[in-house]
Amino acid sequence: MQLEFSPAEIAFQKEVRNFITESYPENLRSVQDEEHDLSKEDFLSWHRILAKKGWIAPAWPVEYGGTGWTATERFIWSEELASADCVGTMPFGLSMVGPVIYTFGTPEQKAKFLPGILSGDDWWCQGYSEPGAGSDLASLRTKAVRDGDHYVVNGQKTWTTMAQHADWGFFLVRTDPDAKAQEGISFLLIDMKSPGVTVRPIITLGGEHEVNEVWLEDVRVPVENRVYEENKGWTCAKFLLAHERTGIAAVARSKRGVEKIKAIARTEQDGDRPLIANPFFKRKISELEIDLTALEFTELRSLAGEAAGNGPGPESSLLKIKGSEIQQRITELALEAVGHYGAPYFRGFGEGDNEHPIGPDYAHRAAPTYFNTRKTTIYGGSNEIQRNIIAKMVLGI
Amino acid sequence: MDFSYTETQDMIRDTLSRFLADTYDFDSRGKMIASSMGRDPGIWKALAQDLGMLGASFSEDRGGLGGGHLENALIMEELGKVIAIEPYLQTVVLGGGALKAVGGAVADAVIPEIINGNVIIAFAYAEPQGRYNLANIRTIAKKDGAGYVLNGHKGVVYAAPWATHLLVTARTGGATTDVNGVSLFLIDANAKGIVRRDYPTVDGFQASEIYFENAAIPADALLGDEGAGLPLIERIVDEATVAVCAESCGVTAKLHQGTLEYARQRNQFGQPISRFQVLQHRMVDMFMEVEQSKSMTTMAMLKLDLPAAERMAAVSACKAKVSRSAKFVGQSAIQTHGGIGITQELAIGHFFKRATMIENQFGSADHHYERFERLTLAD
Repeated sequence: MQLEFSPAEIAFQKEVRNFITESYPENLRSVQDEEHDLSKEDFLSWHRILAKKGWIAPAWPVEYGGTGWTATERFIWSEELASADCVGTMPFGLSMVGPVIYTFGTPEQKAKFLPGILSGDDWWCQGYSEPGAGSDLASLRTKAVRDGDHYVVNGQKTWTTMAQHADWGFFLVRTDPDAKAQEGISFLLIDMKSPGVTVRPIITLGGEHEVNEVWLEDVRVPVENRVYEENKGWTCAKFLLAHERTGIAAVARSKRGVEKIKAIARTEQDGDRPLIANPFFKRKISELEIDLTALEFTELRSLAGEAAGNGPGPESSLLKIKGSEIQQRITELALEAVGHYGAPYFRGFGEGDNEHPIGPDYAHRAAPTYFNTRKTTIYGGSNEIQRNIIAKMVLGI
Repeated sequence: MDFSYTETQDMIRDTLSRFLADTYDFDSRGKMIASSMGRDPGIWKALAQDLGMLGASFSEDRGGLGGGHLENALIMEELGKVIAIEPYLQTVVLGGGALKAVGGAVADAVIPEIINGNVIIAFAYAEPQGRYNLANIRTIAKKDGAGYVLNGHKGVVYAAPWATHLLVTARTGGATTDVNGVSLFLIDANAKGIVRRDYPTVDGFQASEIYFENAAIPADALLGDEGAGLPLIERIVDEATVAVCAESCGVTAKLHQGTLEYARQRNQFGQPISRFQVLQHRMVDMFMEVEQSKSMTTMAMLKLDLPAAERMAAVSACKAKVSRSAKFVGQSAIQTHGGIGITQELAIGHFFKRATMIENQFGSADHHYERFERLTLAD
């Protein structure tokens, strides 16, 4: 056991750091906190640079376009991306449907869909939740009825993140209405330009348009777009959720968040001292930082287990629970730190608007980000559902 | 970066775990504690001579297995799983750690005796007024000819009634809390002028109040440089703190496991109480605390040889987290057991008692949050 990087790992770190410095788009610098203001093209510009370099999907098997990096190299990569404040890549293709397709898909499906995920030409969205199926996902009612070589799909999905940009969506649909909840579900890939697909925005508390309702009315989907067997879609869904949970710890990014809070707390005044000298605020920072270290080393131990051949298992629910709580605490402390200037509502810069917004720069987004980040303990299987998963799958109770 | 264990490390864990399973069941442990010595010296001899366990963290040229901090952590975790009352922490981690650090003739003489089980060391550092400040020392070692004369009072010295040697912190100069003027001595536990008042501790060990009354000690009892011992003391206490955190991982893992087993077989309202979601989620929270304790202990153990400021920040981060986890897991275990949890009859309560003492051993969570903040969160 050792913490130090090997000479090869240090060389790798230098290589990726140089690459980021040289290749990261100028117009995307320092916008990480304002990702929801970014356009599709903003996101894709960085995605395409990574795709061209061959580094867009480090976790994928090499034969499908992965990098073949070790767990440590992937750790270094995510640390470097975070410390350079790079915008993220959209997870829906790369971390969710991509692994489902290369694990469960046919050769034709792999050939058709994987290149577009890697290149960024296809933007994906996730059709899971429904108005009546949230934590109880298996109670979903969107139905797909076989009609020759097609399924005819009818129903409504919700909380569909970034569906307004999506070219494709992966959907859980009910193909056997008489089967037990989880056994009649299939996993369909749907072209979002198909007739009958309607996307309607949902505006969240920070004023962002991230999520949508997706209505499906007599949408015809070729049978060849079903991944894995009919009525076995739950297998893909569970696999995907476990994959989704590992990246969800967001350790590297939260480390940056803690550093930002420290910087704010050194700037903000609390009487005749900086806020960071207030023992109560200081204790909240140290608790946060120490909990983040615990999360980081839990993830490292879990990655080491994966490298030793244990795939991401139900214990990754721990990473989701603790990671999401920490993300929320960061936004909570940021809002607390900015004091009065959490209140002014910054609508973003309008056309030709060059008036400086009210308050210090780091305060503009504190409240909207706090509001927005309440999502982390709800999405991807709420933290209560994650506890159920650990109870059942790890503790056996 | 590498988080794997070597074959030797796996072997150490497995061997010790099997040995303790055979020798340290709950009833046997109770009998050891109730015996006149308060321990079974045969266990210590077997650990040394049959298993070679006491040499695991010493270099091969000293007769050990070539390990270090990681081996100490492995062994402490296994000892924690049976709430063993062996003086491994005091003898090997603290005493052995100090001797490895200073080297020389005294190390050459004493380390082999630690490895073969003939030496037991107790660490006499705490004083009634000192709380967790290692420099807050009133015990005085006054130069006297070639040696020193020791006067003062050390409190709650774990394992002292069993010890052949005492590892003692004392002032050779400076005022009560000065960082300079602190020295570390390894002395004969039976030297003239040492008065002990022995007593059992709530977690099953034996300890003593120790009064030095003009105890004469030889010059070669001094470890390291006179008056400059504090950095060495801080270092071995950090190493011991991580060892105690490793022990806590074993203790809390068993608290969690025992709680799961109990909840599966305890029926109320016509079903096992493990079916109740409110208890399931509490047991999941216990699981997460145990896992995070393991993560923090690994982190701090791997940072023990970094420069002092980094080492201290890492150890304090670890102990702050582990102390709180020990409290949460221990209290949750008792609460889930209900009334039977607060009796002496079940092992669970005894694990809880050890977990509770671990919380404050070498500093409470508050103490370590504060030290972490001092080192990393300057204005």
